[in-house]
Amino acid sequence: MKEDRITVLNALRNGDLFTRLSAVFMGAGMLGHRQIVKGVLVLLLEVAFFVFMATSGLHNLGMLPSLGTEAQGEVWNEAKQIYEYTAGDNSQQILLAGVVTCFVIVGFVALWILQMRHSYKLQKLIEDGKEVPTLREDIKNLFNGNLHMTLMTLPCIGILIFNVVPLVYMISMAFTTYSKEGEHLILFDWDGINQFLRVLNMNGNIGRQFWHVLGWTIIWAVFATFLNYILGMVLAMVINRKDTKGKAFWRFCFVLSIAVPQFVTLMIMNIMLQPSGAINVLLMNAGLITEPIPFWTNTMLARITIIVINLWVGIPYTMLQVTGILQNIPGELYEAARMDGAGPVKVFFKITLPYMLFVTTPYLIASFVGNINNFNIIYLLSGGGPTMVGDTAGQTDLLVTWLYKLTIDQQYYNLGAVIGIMTFVILTIVTLVTYRNSSSYKNEEAFM
Amino acid sequence: MENQMAKNTMSPRRRIVNILVHVLLGILAIIWVLPIVWIVLTSFRAEPGAYTTTFLPQGYTLNNYIKLLTDRNVLNFPKMFTNTLIISIISCVISTFFVLSVAYSLSRMRFKFRKPYMNMAMILGLFPGFMTMIAQYFILKSMGLTEGASIRIGLIVVYCACTGLGFQISKGFFDTIPRSIDEAAIIDGATQWQVFTRITLPLSKPIVIYTVMTAFIAPWVDFIFAKVLCRANADQFTVAIGLWNMLQKEYIYQWYTCFAAGAVLISIPIAILFLYMQRFYVEGMSGAVKG
Repeated sequence: MKEDRITVLNALRNGDLFTRLSAVFMGAGMLGHRQIVKGVLVLLLEVAFFVFMATSGLHNLGMLPSLGTEAQGEVWNEAKQIYEYTAGDNSQQILLAGVVTCFVIVGFVALWILQMRHSYKLQKLIEDGKEVPTLREDIKNLFNGNLHMTLMTLPCIGILIFNVVPLVYMISMAFTTYSKEGEHLILFDWDGINQFLRVLNMNGNIGRQFWHVLGWTIIWAVFATFLNYILGMVLAMVINRKDTKGKAFWRFCFVLSIAVPQFVTLMIMNIMLQPSGAINVLLMNAGLITEPIPFWTNTMLARITIIVINLWVGIPYTMLQVTGILQNIPGELYEAARMDGAGPVKVFFKITLPYMLFVTTPYLIASFVGNINNFNIIYLLSGGGPTMVGDTAGQTDLLVTWLYKLTIDQQYYNLGAVIGIMTFVILTIVTLVTYRNSSSYKNEEAFM
Repeated sequence: MENQMAKNTMSPRRRIVNILVHVLLGILAIIWVLPIVWIVLTSFRAEPGAYTTTFLPQGYTLNNYIKLLTDRNVLNFPKMFTNTLIISIISCVISTFFVLSVAYSLSRMRFKFRKPYMNMAMILGLFPGFMTMIAQYFILKSMGLTEGASIRIGLIVVYCACTGLGFQISKGFFDTIPRSIDEAAIIDGATQWQVFTRITLPLSKPIVIYTVMTAFIAPWVDFIFAKVLCRANADQFTVAIGLWNMLQKEYIYQWYTCFAAGAVLISIPIAILFLYMQRFYVEGMSGAVKG
């Protein structure tokens, strides 16, 4: 039976003339097996691919190893009495074109494999005396059995062009000298893993900042995630207590803050907490303090302020999200605990929290990831400050905001890309470890 | 008898706890509502400038709103508003279609690419969002979508392109709809397309509304990509960049109170949408977790 499987190898080995012909003339198998339109389309795609490779693809690939050598030149034009500029190579464009070409080649290979298999499948259908689906039937099937192809093609193309290609492009940038340092903004070279070594080296300036920022990023993410989670849950439980009056009103008060766009509230908080902002004015007018509190210029105070403001932003979300789940906790569990004489604190830690952790681990992981990548709150509140002299990273910068500063403000593109990759590595480790150790992974039926 | 005793001794204690809980909730509610009240008050403040020596405004006026809506020379808010409205309507339609299509395919169809796609989405989600921002900018530039009016198209493309990765909540919701309903329809001769459009979507009203609204709101609150893409093209600015600009050094004294007015103006529709869809948000979340 093995030789019956539809693989490229079998297609080459057992294929008839048309099937084998499609190894060179793609679509030949379909043309020869009564699927004319599809065959012509595939053949046209092949032609387009070779035209692309001949006109620019091969050139793009050829430039990739050197990333360009011609610097922008200046030539004195005697006749016009001016300097004329000759266009040099632009490494950044060469790299992008190279990456795109690689993707086009991968796509072409995939298309080749698919059409080989398809030709062989058609051949076997005919050999077995079965009907070959007509174009009309194929199109009909796109809205039935193959609906996923219709629905997912456009989203996948979008993700490919605007997420996967950019990511590969940025990752490859980490291995180059693309940076303002040493004037490598137009013409740059491959640089191996030098930038990674620089970031990981604790003794260098950049390395020291990296470990510093990493430490704060993790502290921030842990505090932001768990404080929000637990306090939001407590708030939801307090509002849902049987004896609490006016549940809808309380909920409305907290939800109102979600309704205001986040960047607006963050910018306003930033202004309110300035030395001459509303909070300091209020406290000074009340005679509680004589000097304004330096919310954004003292490292410790800035960090605490950010975590507290994040509570203000995040608790209502958690409250909304957990309300429904809290009501799903089986009542018998609580009754049994009450019978055994457990107090409310004990019930919370022994029943509510384990149950919630069990159900919401994926949500917790997602919010941890979201917090590590939480750009807005840092950028809009403290801007990463206070910043030490000579540093590119401030005391409250997260890896993401530092990445932003390195790329947009400083134009150290290669370092920025390295930081992005490191963030990804850290997130992958954290996600895998927590997921593996979570009870919802170890014991799927615990509460069922 | 013992039970009776217990109830009697509990009663005053419970009352104290109750009072404490309500006082605590009251204090918390004030903390949460105060900044919002402060924005609204500031938007009516007569004195200009970001910093004042009093907490409450000394005089009240409507001029901030009038200036915001009529001044077209320095920061053209009406223009920004129409820009954002156009972008958000178009990208809302496209990304809703993307999200729901992907979510339905992953929830109901079985195909080889399904698991790899979900794993890929998880991995891509672990990269910092705008690590790709610069590369996206270069790609848009090579497509010619970074100059003049085409910036709008560029923004729409960026807001929509990757929405296919955000299928989790909708998929979780679709998962909770019993499959037997689909099967019955298929036995009656319905195609998968008909099941999707005539059965699943009408049954998933909460999540459809949730998706539409989140997609609609996104362009109003994103300022970072809009900033990178618009650069200095002031007539392409969206509301978010405009508001952000009002707080920069050169504008803040003249524009701070207008900023508050703008914040109030865009918050009102978003607040109404949000309060309305809150129910669906909760339902969507608990559905997703259950699935």
